Amino acid sequence: MMKPLQLISPNTKIPFLTYRMIAFVVSGVLMATSIVLALVFGLNYGIDFRGGTLIEIQDKTGPADIGKIRDKLSNLGLGDVQIQEFGGPRDVLIRISQQPGGDEVQQQVITRVKEVIGDTVVYRRVEVVGPKVSAELITSGITAVIAAIFAVLIYIWFRFEWQFSIGAVSALVHDVVITIGMFSALQLEFNLSIIAAILTIVGYSLNDTVVVFDRVREELRRYKTMELSALLNLAINRTLSRTIMTSVTTLLALLSLYIFGGEVIRGFTFAMIWGVVIGTYSSIFIASPILLLLKVKRDWSRTGASPANNSAS
Amino acid sequence: MLHFANWKIATVLAVSLAGLLFAMPNMFSSEMRARFPSLLPNQAVNLGLDLRGGSHLLLEVETGVVIKERLEAVIDDVRSNLREQRIRYTGLRADKQAVMVRITDPERLDEAIALLEDLAAPVTNGVLGSVATVDLVIEVLDENLISIALTESAIEQRILSAVDQSIEIVRRRIDELGTTEPTIQRQGSERILIQVPGFDDPARLKTLLGQTAKMSFRLVDVTARTEAPPAGTDVIYDESNPPRAYVLRRRVVVSGENLVDAQPGFEQQTNEPIVTFRFDATGARRFGQVTQENVGRPFAIVLDNKVISAPVIREAILGGTGQISGGFSVEEANDLAILLRAGALPAPLIILEERTVGPGLGADSIAAGEMAAIIGLLIVIGFMIVSYGLFGVFSDIALMINIGLILGILSLLQATLTLPGIAGIVLTIGMAVDANVLIYERIREEVRQGKSPISAIEAGYKRALGTILDANITTFIAAVILFQMGSGPVRGFAVTLAIGIVTSVFTAFTVTRLMVSVWIRRRRPGAVPL
Repeated sequence: MMKPLQLISPNTKIPFLTYRMIAFVVSGVLMATSIVLALVFGLNYGIDFRGGTLIEIQDKTGPADIGKIRDKLSNLGLGDVQIQEFGGPRDVLIRISQQPGGDEVQQQVITRVKEVIGDTVVYRRVEVVGPKVSAELITSGITAVIAAIFAVLIYIWFRFEWQFSIGAVSALVHDVVITIGMFSALQLEFNLSIIAAILTIVGYSLNDTVVVFDRVREELRRYKTMELSALLNLAINRTLSRTIMTSVTTLLALLSLYIFGGEVIRGFTFAMIWGVVIGTYSSIFIASPILLLLKVKRDWSRTGASPANNSAS
Repeated sequence: MLHFANWKIATVLAVSLAGLLFAMPNMFSSEMRARFPSLLPNQAVNLGLDLRGGSHLLLEVETGVVIKERLEAVIDDVRSNLREQRIRYTGLRADKQAVMVRITDPERLDEAIALLEDLAAPVTNGVLGSVATVDLVIEVLDENLISIALTESAIEQRILSAVDQSIEIVRRRIDELGTTEPTIQRQGSERILIQVPGFDDPARLKTLLGQTAKMSFRLVDVTARTEAPPAGTDVIYDESNPPRAYVLRRRVVVSGENLVDAQPGFEQQTNEPIVTFRFDATGARRFGQVTQENVGRPFAIVLDNKVISAPVIREAILGGTGQISGGFSVEEANDLAILLRAGALPAPLIILEERTVGPGLGADSIAAGEMAAIIGLLIVIGFMIVSYGLFGVFSDIALMINIGLILGILSLLQATLTLPGIAGIVLTIGMAVDANVLIYERIREEVRQGKSPISAIEAGYKRALGTILDANITTFIAAVILFQMGSGPVRGFAVTLAIGIVTSVFTAFTVTRLMVSVWIRRRRPGAVPL
């Protein structure tokens, strides 16, 4: 059998913790920029959060004439109408802003659009979200992300120590803020599935952080006197091979989804790909240095942790 | 770690095989599945509306109307009761959830209160059990001002039964469309969620649900002028352009509740689409009596406060049957018959959310999702073999069993697979091997520390377990929250993600360990091929 490939040499000793100030500055700037972007330019909310109508059509005859569709719709006086090609030249996505007048009037939009566009197209998807539901979706989306982060805070605190909890949650907040900032900078559509993607990023980033932390705890038990920054470096380097391998397999699967999975979930997949990259970065450069900053306790001899690790010391 | 008792081996094999067995129906078309012997599982994954196409509507019952109607009825009763007893009053009006009236005969106040107390209707509230309560509370505020308020439990009860009744009527109307497997369920206290798979023309659905379909037969007051309608009449318009006004007596001769059947048909002479209907005994008697007394005068058929037709009574209609011709198209006649048969909604429904996916897009999404899953799987499989050789093959076999288990559990639970759900499976493909990566990297470390192959493998599995559990439990927490908070497609994603986490821990940890243990027993390796 051929010799298996090793992406990371077992002797790798990258002094990650030495770069922590650079990482903090870069991340701090990115987070600040993200917040400013989100406040100034806002997010390009999809109809889930903004309310309104989304219509995906496919021209039966050939490439769709977006200019013509725009002309037809502009006469209707429906407010903000966005028209874009969606996946292929025959497919067009129309997004129409919420109409003033409450839930009752939203339904008229489709009838009027269908009147002017006619039967030469197939209506592949029609979504109408009224003001009541969109307001609720905003609340439940924000609650979900906060609840997830809070639940994790509790779990890590319970399984490790409070410093680990703060480290992991800081990394999560970092990932979420920068992801939102990127959506604001690129003005990508921010909808319900992006919230799902953010929660998945939370899960993934955490997964990655926990693996490093587990190793940190193990090394803390083994080397009771080693300097903390050296010990953190050791733990990160020893899990680096795994970190890279898992990121690569996950990215490969997600890339396949991005390329072949169709236009409907492209935004969702894009957010997750971004999340894997940023999550991997944050568990190494944010979560672990925070442990150093907060000075984790060194005497682990009396703490009952997972049995698998106890036997190692 | 590497020793497996026989019963453990049997359990691991049984679980894997059961998963594959339950996943198997997904390989066959529904026609072939129908011919499966009854012992075999024959349920395929339940596809969400975004994959099979269909309409999703979230409706809200306008419950305010129900309360308003009850208050109006109370006002009518107060008026007629006080008048009957010749008790003078003033300022009779509805105010929020109460009716206010001022009695101008102070000495007859007690008499009036006694009279009004009789108006209260009993509340049948399951929560309160046998405690008998009534729906109105009468209070004297000041200077003979009486408030007749609806109690909270009465309001709750009315809303509850209005929503229940609405669900029932909605179900009857949708059943008439002849679609397969519509889902109609209550959501929250005042909402109804409707999912109709394979139905990509929600316009008709919305027409059917957008009408309360309250029908009444009323006499037309031909002597009155529309500018000055006399007391006890309403001005109601028809749908012609410009609308024509009719002055109708407020008293309803027969209402839609007295209808027992309605069918679309054609007028024999003109071939115009019509709706024929039949009254129950009470309705037939009343209709017969009124038409007998009013031959030569017009009456109006009113639907949702619009006159749909106002024919002149040529002769007494005694048989309890009749027909409505209102210049309908065939489909309009058909829909009207459906609405009349299904009955009136207690309150109007508002559409809060609509999501419709055509069958074309659904099929494209399935194809794209399958393609992405297969390619993702092949790439990951190849990558694992390149990275870990024989052990990579072990984890690849485990990965396939994992996908089989996910599909099997989805089919068994009849959970809904959505497009984000497929994304969840693809993500699981990428993340499932994480456990193996953790283990294998650990084994490599142990080997480098000079351990013998068997004890290195043993230690690798043992030490990675804690990390694997911690890492997966945290992701699982995120999935559970996603399920709790999410709706529709997002929920589908949470379901596959959560199932994938559980199955991947089993396959990546236990199944590969079993394979490794068998391999060690057979080959007695001198070195770990990692």
